[in-house]
Amino acid sequence: MSEEQHDVRLVVNGVTREIRVPARRLLSDALRHDLGLTGTHVGCEHGVCGACTILVDGRPMRACLMLAVSAEGAELTTVEGLTEPDGSLSPVQQAFAECHGLQCGFCTPGFLTTITAGLRENPHPTHDEAREMVGGNLCRCTGYQNIVKAVERAAAITAETAAAVAETAETPEGAAR
Amino acid sequence: MTTKLMGQPVQRVEDQRFLRGGGRYVDDVLAGSASDTGQQVLHAAVLRSPHAHARIVDIDVDAVLDLDGVHAVWTYEDLAGLSAPMADPLPLLIPHPALTHGRTQYALARHEVNYAGEAVAFVVADDRYVAEDALARIHVSYEVLPPVVGIEAARAAEHLVHDDPDDPAGPVPGNVGARLEQSTGDAAAAVAAAPHRLALDLEVERSACTPLEGRGTVARWDPDTDRLQVWTSTQSSTGVRAAVAVKLGLDLGQVDVVTPDVGGGFGVKINHPWPEELLVPLAARALGRPVKFTEDRREHFVSSAHERAQVQHVEVGFDDDGRLLGLDVTFWHDHGAYTPYGLIVPIITSTQLLGPYKPEVYRVVFESLYTNTVMVTPYRGAGRPQGCFAMERTIDAIAAYLGKDRAEVRAVNFIQPDEFPFDQGLIFQDGRELEYDSGDYPQMLEKIKALVGWDEFPAFRAEMAEQGRRVGIGLACYVEGTGVGPYEGAHVHIETTGKVKVATGLTTQGQGHATVFAQLVADELGVRFEDVEVVTGDTRRMPYAVGTFASRAAVMSGSAIHLAAKRAKEKVLRIAADALEADPADLQIVDGVVSVKGSPGAALDLGTVSVLSNPLRYAFDEASKAATQFSVGDPGKPPVAEDDEPGLEGRDFYSPERATFASGMHAVIVETDPDTAEVKILKYAVVHDCGHLINPMIVEGQIHGGVAQGVGGALYERMAYDESGQLLNASFMDFLMPYVSEVPDGIDIDHLETPSPLNPLGIKGAGEAGVIPSAAVFAAAIEDAERIPITAMPISPSELFELRRTHDRPVVEPAETPHPPKETP
Ligand code: FES
Ligand code: FES
Repeated sequence: MSEEQHDVRLVVNGVTREIRVPARRLLSDALRHDLGLTGTHVGCEHGVCGACTILVDGRPMRACLMLAVSAEGAELTTVEGLTEPDGSLSPVQQAFAECHGLQCGFCTPGFLTTITAGLRENPHPTHDEAREMVGGNLCRCTGYQNIVKAVERAAAITAETAAAVAETAETPEGAAR
Repeated sequence: MTTKLMGQPVQRVEDQRFLRGGGRYVDDVLAGSASDTGQQVLHAAVLRSPHAHARIVDIDVDAVLDLDGVHAVWTYEDLAGLSAPMADPLPLLIPHPALTHGRTQYALARHEVNYAGEAVAFVVADDRYVAEDALARIHVSYEVLPPVVGIEAARAAEHLVHDDPDDPAGPVPGNVGARLEQSTGDAAAAVAAAPHRLALDLEVERSACTPLEGRGTVARWDPDTDRLQVWTSTQSSTGVRAAVAVKLGLDLGQVDVVTPDVGGGFGVKINHPWPEELLVPLAARALGRPVKFTEDRREHFVSSAHERAQVQHVEVGFDDDGRLLGLDVTFWHDHGAYTPYGLIVPIITSTQLLGPYKPEVYRVVFESLYTNTVMVTPYRGAGRPQGCFAMERTIDAIAAYLGKDRAEVRAVNFIQPDEFPFDQGLIFQDGRELEYDSGDYPQMLEKIKALVGWDEFPAFRAEMAEQGRRVGIGLACYVEGTGVGPYEGAHVHIETTGKVKVATGLTTQGQGHATVFAQLVADELGVRFEDVEVVTGDTRRMPYAVGTFASRAAVMSGSAIHLAAKRAKEKVLRIAADALEADPADLQIVDGVVSVKGSPGAALDLGTVSVLSNPLRYAFDEASKAATQFSVGDPGKPPVAEDDEPGLEGRDFYSPERATFASGMHAVIVETDPDTAEVKILKYAVVHDCGHLINPMIVEGQIHGGVAQGVGGALYERMAYDESGQLLNASFMDFLMPYVSEVPDGIDIDHLETPSPLNPLGIKGAGEAGVIPSAAVFAAAIEDAERIPITAMPISPSELFELRRTHDRPVVEPAETPHPPKETP
């Protein structure tokens, strides 16, 4: 007896992808094993560790708790889609590198997506808010110290960049551009 | 760049990959659709025993094979029909004369299962979903046997773990796998003769490494070349390679093992081969298709190793200053159902228990016991947290008994800086003498006291008491033997592009080896950091290696890489001196360019030196043109001198006489909630000595991670087995691994650097340090806050609440010292 297959259209990192999967296929497995986007990691498959966190229409969701068929038509962003259009690191990624916010790197994609969404919602977190922002993700390597620093640093980088852009816009040349 | 990179907080090169989602972990290998990889990988799943102890009466797999998408199923009988090595038990990796009753499991259970989670059958299917469907169709009849769970039951030996009448190895009487005693004299007599005596009964529960990535293995058999390629999430590529070759009846040269990125190890991945590390290659060869096994989280809890559980009895005799005159320790170690990793954990407990102290006479005896639970192999710290717990609880008890400052009692027992090398008179886990190479414990104590505010604490306590708050302070010291042998090796290759390729055989699980090792090479060779690329854990690049454990990577491979780079440099200078007609002693290498000191015009880049090192017959580009026989060489001499080799390479090995001993002290201030008995961390301080630091940022990261694991082990994590041997909390939902909310908000770290005289860089290991003193330091702080002796860890709020009840803890403010333990009669 063969399983019934479903055609699913996923928009991942801006690209439309079509897959044929059984109804029970987890979104995390579809991303990793059907689409080859292995940046999304699976640490528990029961929604506790947060390693599989991706952005679904901008909101952080656990890909291991979603079925691929239920993501039909949604806009998905995985860690592979976080970098800037020119391929450079995003402020959150940059902050992780600067603050040594990762060791084995297995939990990292889930933190990056979570923080990316978190800082969009709250661009200037207090220290306690920075801790809270990563409060639902597990990391076994870093003891979280540098991850919290990275949240704060990412907020600072974003603010610096915004200030620089604003300054450029104020100057006549900037305005001309 | 002329500044030395050693000691600099260099940003990690591997992060660029990881941060973009470009890490390559074992489950990522051959992922994606068939069109990407040529051949669709098959997926394996393992049927595991639901019982802790049972005889297998019958296994019926008939219903599996008509399932669409299933390719094969194996049980023990199939293995027995294949080859003798596969039908034998898995290897006992580290034999020891005291391990008189060592037992290991079969790749698939034979007659009996000895823990819930033991592998019984192996299915390979189109995907993991179908493979798991197939598992559900396998019917196994079990005859359930009484399980032995916990140390008490093991000691009572009312039932035996190993008493299978069909087991060729015979039964294990009393559930005792090993008994080992070491002593430096008659400790019992020394205790009896001492002016003061105390006895303590202590206990530490089970925990586990639980890396975020579980185990996993992928294998591909190439029928065209008769070779096997294995990717596995291990801490020892060379170990897995040797085991796979032996078990599958292959020559070593037919097997390549690559350790890709590893999502954390912490010890559990040093044990090998796991059943799946043999079954996956076996299946790949049999089916002619690549096969993958990826452990899920529940499987990791019930089939990968645990650690820590011990029951300890300490008798100590001391003088009026608290000086240790006699220390007599007995402990019982729960090693679970099997002993693949020998006695390493209890041997480490029994020797490293001594920490920075020098009791006049010491005796230790342990029994390593079988239980029907998941087996025990090293978990970060590897027996040291338990040893440290025993020692530090003892010192705290002595201080309480004498009414002395706990730091003072430690100080009178310290080995002094002028006493190194200090021989403790015991045999360590590597079979060598337990001889400390260097350290400065008195200075370290001063540092930790200053860092945590030890002397100011009484005032703080009084201030808090006024607000109705209850606080306590704890201190714990440890010494850690790191960088044990036998050896590691390294290969450094300078390519004609000037790029430097470095390979060492041990594996990486997040320690940033690609960065720290590149720092060492850049320094030694005088090349740019960006031009150095480091590969670890690939047996094709470095087939001689041991593995990553015992905080040994930086010491062992770091030293080997340094030595190999030195050799490469010697050759660079020799060839360049020839070409530049200069004395090698007058040459320098800066940013990859060799020049004559003081005359910058005379220079060669390393790429050119590499070209010159390899006389060619054929030119294929501009650079190689310069190296053909009509261009270079003395026609009167052989192109490659008799004692030389072509190519610009350096290869060397580092094999130390013995381990190097790092040390540290932790202190913590906690607040205990008067109503809920919750423990809150107000301050956590660490002073750490791992000799010279290669990269302080990475060392501090290691400490942070260790402390967090220590907090988990002290306050939250345990393996909740019920009396039938079922693990009740086998998920991240129930096993309380710390989130950020459970770890201290900030860890104060100070370093001391007493270089090791044993290796060229003066370094000591740092990987495990953070976790060693946690149980001890939290017990001390909670005891100090609550004035109740804390003798068992971890401790949960409900346990502390219960302790308060049984000790009838007065609500009034504490007396100056905790209740002393009972004096030995
Ligand atoms: S894998 Fe999805 S939350 Fe852990
Ligand atoms: S970096 Fe390894 S789990 Fe977070």
